Amino acid sequence: MDDTRFGLARHVTLPGPLRLDGGALLSPVEIAYETYGTLNADRSNAILICHALTGDQHVASRHPVTGKPGWWERMVGPGKPVDPARHFIICSNVLGSCMGSSGPATVNPATGAPWGMSFPVITIRDMVRAQAMLLDHLGIDTLAAVVGGSMGGMQTLSWPATFPDRVRAVVIIASTARHTAQNIAFHEVGRQAVMADPKWRGGAYYEEADPPSAGLAVARMAAHITYLSEAGLTAKFGRRLQARDAKSFGFDADFQIESYLRHQGISFVDRFDANSYLYITRAMDYFDLAEEHGGHLANAFRATKARFCLVSFDTDWLYPTAESRAIVHALNAAGAPVSFVELSSPFGHDAFLLEAPELNRVVDGFLRAGA
Amino acid sequence: MLRPDLAIIADRIEPGARVLDVGCGDGALMAALRDTKQVDARGLELDAGNVAAAVSRGLSVIQGDADIDLKEYPDASFDYAILSQTLQTAHRPDVVLDHLLRIGRRAFVSFPNFAHWRVRLSLLWGGRMPVTRLLPEQWFDTPNIHHVTIDDFRGFVKARDIAVEGAWFLSGDKQTTSAAANFRAEHAVFLLSSNESAEPKLSPRGSQH
Repeated sequence: MDDTRFGLARHVTLPGPLRLDGGALLSPVEIAYETYGTLNADRSNAILICHALTGDQHVASRHPVTGKPGWWERMVGPGKPVDPARHFIICSNVLGSCMGSSGPATVNPATGAPWGMSFPVITIRDMVRAQAMLLDHLGIDTLAAVVGGSMGGMQTLSWPATFPDRVRAVVIIASTARHTAQNIAFHEVGRQAVMADPKWRGGAYYEEADPPSAGLAVARMAAHITYLSEAGLTAKFGRRLQARDAKSFGFDADFQIESYLRHQGISFVDRFDANSYLYITRAMDYFDLAEEHGGHLANAFRATKARFCLVSFDTDWLYPTAESRAIVHALNAAGAPVSFVELSSPFGHDAFLLEAPELNRVVDGFLRAGA
Repeated sequence: MLRPDLAIIADRIEPGARVLDVGCGDGALMAALRDTKQVDARGLELDAGNVAAAVSRGLSVIQGDADIDLKEYPDASFDYAILSQTLQTAHRPDVVLDHLLRIGRRAFVSFPNFAHWRVRLSLLWGGRMPVTRLLPEQWFDTPNIHHVTIDDFRGFVKARDIAVEGAWFLSGDKQTTSAAANFRAEHAVFLLSSNESAEPKLSPRGSQH
């Protein structure tokens, strides 16, 4: 723990077993993570950052595959709301993902081969339990805060429900307490695109070194639309044509939006595993925090003393403001201290990852209040 | 420095009380209560900029609308519910008031008095909707859609069997007597409680009715 270099890649293999919601026991449990800053003497300044569906532990360090900056350097870094000068920052790759934590692409020690589709189906709560195992390993009993957007927000919401005494402040950005039929529908389109690719081979494509890239790219294209807003797409692309003066009367990418989506799809497959995409979208679809607590969302928060801060964006139609409000109302009913604001942005769901000074101001003030 | 109506309210809230400030603005009253009286304060505010300002001061404030979101708060979950300068902007002030008295054991309500002599003069001589210091907007852009006078409010709470535990009146930011308040006061602060409550009432200072 002495090396506080920014974005130091770490990896730990914990013996487990981790009992999963689906009933399976996972052992061992591999967790890839990064830490930033220094844990203070009374171990009270730890902040866990939870990443979204296709995110990873490289929250504020260069991505090893794409070479791009960390995915949330606007929120995490020197002078930012989550600051390594004050906080000990942890970001771990979620269970089921493909950046070093246990998932379908990692080797099943029982067979010596990648798990593939024999990897057990996991839930958001399983991801949170794995994070708690990592904290145990790091000797951290209580988190000063847990912060996340989108699927990261589902994890942060699950934290006080699963470990009421282990977290003091919870930040939930552009997220939801359950996946709606529409959310599940979009994910199912993505999964079927992957499975329809003949190269998927029932998930056993690792030895062929020829993954189902076409299917995964289509899945990413469909999902990417849900991260944007119509107004944002119109402003960025409209009906403009891509590097041509007239329509081709063919099926090339005539429109800029087509070219953009194809690029999104193609670049995604270089950094993501198709089976991981299946497992993580499944975990999100299974997420319904109220269902885990007798059908009453407020019951999820009755045992915790944590403070909560929720932020939604007005053009986010994937997890619209109404979903955040439902969480706020449940927290009110449970008597929890809660703040909520809907911020304005043209960028839809993706707004939480983009430049948003108001978001930083709110999160910074909220985190400092508990310090 | 707190706005005078807020100072009147802040002076009368006991240390450690649980307070819901409906229409809390940027959280000035909440911050003062937290910092001077260790009050557990929560806020509801319509304007996103105000909410961001309040949250960045470390306050627990929810962006929402008194007309819509008060129903989500459990019964008797606060010692005080406060509605300052917001009653006259509500679509259904009567329903909002019912919620305040359901959520809080007591409610502070402050509002600009539409029967202040300057307002009367403006209408009487000018024949125009008044634009005054406390009512600075024109008729077409004012958020104040339910203008109310002190006597209107007294009649309203009497008819609904709401107990008035205290009332304070302001003229030019200074406290004034209740005598002829409907004519002389620019601003009124009422402390209310539901008469159904069997609990004996503390007697906060202030002119009693």
